[in-house]
Amino acid sequence: MSILIYAEQAEGKFKKTAFELASYAKKIAGETGTTVTAVTINANDVSALGQYGVDKVLNVKNDKLATFNAKAYADAIKQAAQKEGAKIVVLSSTTDSLYLAPLVAVGLEAGYASNVVAAPISLSPFQVKRNAFSNKAFNITEINTDVKVIAIGKNSFGLVESNGAATVEEFNPTLNDADFSVKVESSEKVTGKVTIADADVVVSGGRGLKGPENWHLIEDLAAAFGAATACSKPVSDLGWRPHSEHVGQTGKPVASNLYVAVGISGAIQHIAGINSSKVKVVINADADAPFFKVADYGIVGDAFEILPKLTEKIKAFKAQNS
Amino acid sequence: MKILVCISHVPDTTAKINFTNGDAEFDTNGVQFVINPNDEFGLTRAIIFKEQQGASVTVVNVGGTDAEATLRKALAIGADEAIRVNANPTDGFFVAKQLAEVVKNGGYDLVIAGKESLDYNGGMVPGMLAAMLNFDFVNSCLKLEVNGTEAKAVREIDGGKETLSAKLPLVVGGQKGLVEEKDLRIPNMRGIMMARQKALTVLEPTGADSKTKAVKFEKPAPKSAVKMISPDNLDELVNLLHNEAKVI
Ligand SMILES: Cc1cc2nc3c(=O)[nH]c(=O)nc-3n(C[C@H](O)[C@H](O)[C@H](O)COP(=O)(O)OP(=O)(O)OC[C@H]3O[C@@H](n4cnc5c(N)ncnc54)[C@H](O)[C@@H]3O)c2cc1C
Repeated sequence: MSILIYAEQAEGKFKKTAFELASYAKKIAGETGTTVTAVTINANDVSALGQYGVDKVLNVKNDKLATFNAKAYADAIKQAAQKEGAKIVVLSSTTDSLYLAPLVAVGLEAGYASNVVAAPISLSPFQVKRNAFSNKAFNITEINTDVKVIAIGKNSFGLVESNGAATVEEFNPTLNDADFSVKVESSEKVTGKVTIADADVVVSGGRGLKGPENWHLIEDLAAAFGAATACSKPVSDLGWRPHSEHVGQTGKPVASNLYVAVGISGAIQHIAGINSSKVKVVINADADAPFFKVADYGIVGDAFEILPKLTEKIKAFKAQNS
Repeated sequence: MKILVCISHVPDTTAKINFTNGDAEFDTNGVQFVINPNDEFGLTRAIIFKEQQGASVTVVNVGGTDAEATLRKALAIGADEAIRVNANPTDGFFVAKQLAEVVKNGGYDLVIAGKESLDYNGGMVPGMLAAMLNFDFVNSCLKLEVNGTEAKAVREIDGGKETLSAKLPLVVGGQKGLVEEKDLRIPNMRGIMMARQKALTVLEPTGADSKTKAVKFEKPAPKSAVKMISPDNLDELVNLLHNEAKVI
């Protein structure tokens, strides 16, 4: 009874979430006396997985899987789980993993819980804590099937190094032509920039920034932090920023370690999307802005004065501490 | 084209979240329920298909009688008929099973659901439904066009978007973008009057077990008060982020 994780890559490198899943699975494996197997797709160097507790890697090498395809990837993961006799299959909460996880669950006749935010509360019965009601509450969910599929929220467990080495095995799942009926025609991806989904720090601007011509202030601070930029909904609706940067209930969720909100009022729909971020800094001219109620650190003041100064401070800090 | 739009009946986004019965149940007292926002985009998209290229639009909910008001609203917005599967939606798997049955019996070629519902945020139903039916599936769908049995869809990916081609029958997990927000339909008087004449069929559920169970709810621990920092003392912020919060 091994635990299987799907170790996802971006541009040939494992995502940080892959290491987080490995750390998570290792903890359960330690408690149950089992091992952790990772399934990877077209990975070149898998050695890093061992450092986070993976005992064995099943590496699928197949040109047909060069681009993400939910059905085919799900099929490969399902067959890896069956080969290993895995009772617990762990995926992350990236857009791709959330696309394929329900397909894996149906394929394995497994119960599935997403948005899991902590190590299991109990292994028998199997109970996990999940985000619910747009991060306004948690739900303890029990999975009653023999095989269980869970998807872990980003930064909800953290990385735990364990300095092992994983054995590597090539794995050739049987792929169905029908798996490839959905085809990628083209893709537009920002490259060379930290994306909201992967960022540890996100700097976000609201309508308080007054217009797109002022966004360099947000971008400069983000660059100093090595952060991704984001915005509130009206900002993307007004076309100041692309829709892909809109965070909140109807936009993207942000589960970063640090979220800096500038000129954002803190409407409940915005908060719903950023609640699972660990530390929130709020800069707002209005001392009564609702965002201060959920902030860890707050500054009442004019963003136009504060941002350039803060950017310089962060740059100086980074220069000293790098 | 026969379109089925899955409608989740969820607490309004501004609703206060409370629990009863030893924190085992969501307290619906005083809570207003609405069409799940992601589903609203899908519903309007379906109605635009109907207007522009001809289609029938059925809305479906798995839930109790209280969800009928939400289904009537969908009818008032322009759906042709509604189906309620008379069961307590216990988990994503159970709901997907009921919906799969409706799809099979109704011969729908396009099923639009929201990529997630704003109560349990599971994001399970559309994918499970597609897998059960063995239909093509596009999740986090931002744009959708259908021509005969060919569909073109744009989906969100981390850091961008991707254009996909797929075939009908198709299941879509949709979100904001399927239509512009300004184009979302709201019920008008005529729509509300017409909705009264439209069929709302109640079906009994097919036997299926849930695979998961919501055991208990918890609210996040009350957070400590915000630390205010003077705009003239930004060094303090840098210091706190480094030494106290340990995020830089
Ligand atoms: C169904 C639904 C879903 C929604 N989903 C989302 C969502 O996903 N994400 C989202 O963000 N919103 C969402 N909204 C909208 C949300 O309710 C708010 O309208 C929105 O978050 C407000 O954005 P804002 O704070 O940038 O703008 P505003 O409300 O205009 O606030 C701007 C803030 O900037 C401050 N400010 C102004 N000038 C300065 C200055 N010089 N320096 C510093 N501060 C300044 C002001 O004090 C104010 O607090 C949704 C609404 C609904 C009804």
